[in-house]
Amino acid sequence: MTHHPDPTDAADALTLGEQTFTSRLILGTGKFASAAGMVQAVKASGAQLVTVALRRVNRERPDDDLFTPLAQLDGVTLMPNTSGARNAREAITAARLARQLCDSRFIKVEIHPNPHHLMPDALETYEACRVLAAEGFWVMPYMPPDPVLAKRLEEVGCVSVMPLGSAIGSGHGLAAADLLRLILRDSRIPVIVDAGLRAPSEAAAAMEMGCGAVLVNSAIAVAGDPPAMATAFAGAVRAGRLAYRAGLMPRGTAAVASSPLTAFLSTPRAEA
Amino acid sequence: MRLIVNGETLLLPAVTDLPSLLAALDQRGDRVALLVNDDVVPPEARPNHVLRDDDRVEILTFAGGG
Repeated sequence: MTHHPDPTDAADALTLGEQTFTSRLILGTGKFASAAGMVQAVKASGAQLVTVALRRVNRERPDDDLFTPLAQLDGVTLMPNTSGARNAREAITAARLARQLCDSRFIKVEIHPNPHHLMPDALETYEACRVLAAEGFWVMPYMPPDPVLAKRLEEVGCVSVMPLGSAIGSGHGLAAADLLRLILRDSRIPVIVDAGLRAPSEAAAAMEMGCGAVLVNSAIAVAGDPPAMATAFAGAVRAGRLAYRAGLMPRGTAAVASSPLTAFLSTPRAEA
Repeated sequence: MRLIVNGETLLLPAVTDLPSLLAALDQRGDRVALLVNDDVVPPEARPNHVLRDDDRVEILTFAGGG
């Protein structure tokens, strides 16, 4: 393992459902050039929770299997997603199917009917979360950055809300920063930025705002060197979290000197 | 038997139930989730699940995803 947990991590664990995590970086497993590269990146990231998707088995490619690489990720919990579902009914079925494939109670509810923008369907997402939370799933919804919906999802028993920073895979970072701050202000469950991040600095900024974690996939999977980028994101997430806990100084509207402005190497002015 | 498996119509003479379907398609039972006519069939219910002509079977597994 290349991950060295910060000594502060254990005392600052993230609780989701009934499980605690010392890593606040959640990784997606899609878009990697190879399964081996995915495994290396997850290990380098220190992630303890990773997302996986459901799809039809491909009989033409029997070795295209995710179970073998996943078995190399000791101590990593799986969070299946419902990607591909176009409505609540399909997402609920996907969640129940995923439950047959792993012991994890986590489910990432993801319902985006339009492939052009992949924006989540708020109404279907709400309905799926309501049903799945009542069934005992630990539901983590991918959602639009909507503070009203975030509270409604909290009320039906989601263990976190995962608003998008910007469109999935777009790399537009925290375009929704102002709305994310409104969600953070009122949320009593962890707020996890899911989607849109491109640079580690954006992950740090999300953590500095008070997000509980970030979920990153494309930014690492399609980087020139995915394990190195995973390491970079891990450092950024830790730095951002430490900064949030340390408390950022207030913003001012004018300069505030950090050095004494007394006379130095010059004759004091007459009026001074 | 004629089944619609993952959207594809297949003629499978030796298949009578879900375990024989998985065997015919060379699939490991512990690595797939099954949906028959829109109903989830958990592993413990598979041996007793008799298939009928034109049943729609979805065989799903994990893939990389975000």
